[in-house]
Amino acid sequence: MKYLTEFRDPELAHAVLDEIHRTVTRPWVLMEICGGQTHSIMRYGLDQLLPDEIELVHGPGCPVCVTSLELIDKAQEIASQPGVIFTSYGDMLRVPGSSRDLFSVRASGGDIRVVYSPLDAIEIAQQNPEQQVVFFAIGFETTAPANAMSVIQAKALRLSNFSILVSHVRVPPAMYTILSSPHNRVQGFLAAGHVCTVMGYWEYPPIANKFGVPIVVTGFEPVDILRGILMTVNQLEETRTDVENGYPRLVTYEGNRQAQAVINEVFLECDRKWRGIGEIPNSGWCLRPEFSQFNALNRFSVDQIQTEESSICIAGQILQGLKKPPDCPAFGSQCTPEYPLGATMVSSEGACAAYYQYSGKNIPS
Amino acid sequence: MCLGIPGKIIEIYDNNDLLMGKIDFSGVTREACLAYVPEAKVGDYTLVHVGFALNLISEQDAQETLDIIRQIVDVNAELSQEMD
Repeated sequence: MKYLTEFRDPELAHAVLDEIHRTVTRPWVLMEICGGQTHSIMRYGLDQLLPDEIELVHGPGCPVCVTSLELIDKAQEIASQPGVIFTSYGDMLRVPGSSRDLFSVRASGGDIRVVYSPLDAIEIAQQNPEQQVVFFAIGFETTAPANAMSVIQAKALRLSNFSILVSHVRVPPAMYTILSSPHNRVQGFLAAGHVCTVMGYWEYPPIANKFGVPIVVTGFEPVDILRGILMTVNQLEETRTDVENGYPRLVTYEGNRQAQAVINEVFLECDRKWRGIGEIPNSGWCLRPEFSQFNALNRFSVDQIQTEESSICIAGQILQGLKKPPDCPAFGSQCTPEYPLGATMVSSEGACAAYYQYSGKNIPS
Repeated sequence: MCLGIPGKIIEIYDNNDLLMGKIDFSGVTREACLAYVPEAKVGDYTLVHVGFALNLISEQDAQETLDIIRQIVDVNAELSQEMD
């Protein structure tokens, strides 16, 4: 496939790797924000091929992982109610809540359906006018344009049986939180390429300036990731702290203005609780009051929820780049993708799942 | 979640007043919403995430990136020749 094959070319990947080896003179800690990048790094064994001086720590960019336990418990509560069709992206179904997951709600009779796109949930609502259709609207900036459009469509189609359970999170406030921590080790960021496809990178220069860290917008294929690492290491070695774009085939400084306009029409910034991390001010998007009729929390009464996290799981520290999956005593024993204790072991973007699935693999030479 | 898949737009049409398209992903065809890339033309490449095209892929920028990296390949080749 065009735009995939070239950016997976082993010869180009090895050339960039050689250049990284030639450039680096000191130890550096870089964080890739996005869990999709973590999976690429592990899948192609890129971490094994980098010089020992470069340590990659894995960021919080896994929406399934950071969706708060409280909201997952509420989702299960709503999905259990009669007359409800609960729709969700597939990853959410196995995420452990306080006592069960959405799969077990489905096994107990809940009508829970996996959708590929929020527009599929709209179609289900049109086909089932007698039932309440709820869509679990999780995601970062990448997913927000799709989720926002479902609300615009529901309003245009006058759907009275459609609502969304919103758990939107934003990347820049999480970067502030990570960099402000007294335990922070991150010296440079690979910014999430698809978040920036939507949002551009105009939000990042104040972060680079305030904390003195280079930020490089980075894609997802092996050559893209290695190039992002090379650009970041070049800056660190030259003591520069700029925001650079290593993914220009999709990302512009402004981002997709049409998408941002629809996001702003439907959502407004709000405080958001991140699982394992805690509340981060202004780190989420919530429905604007003019769309409150589409808010599932206004339609269903689910206030009395007592949450309880696993006492062993260290997902919160992993999501902040403070620890790595093998540091967890439960990793690979009590906690596996089949029986996860924490969301980082479930998602196709979770760092624990990536380590479990890929450790030991390499790119072809 | 934030994974996006590049594909080629092979058809553009309206559905419920939404701009939609058929996208070819290496032989697999799926529908995607094109509302955020209204400038899209048949034959353009786009990145699709949860059924929405997030942007068009710039051929020129992709080529420039590859050219920069191929220069590194060339420099590597020269360096290894000097080493010999």
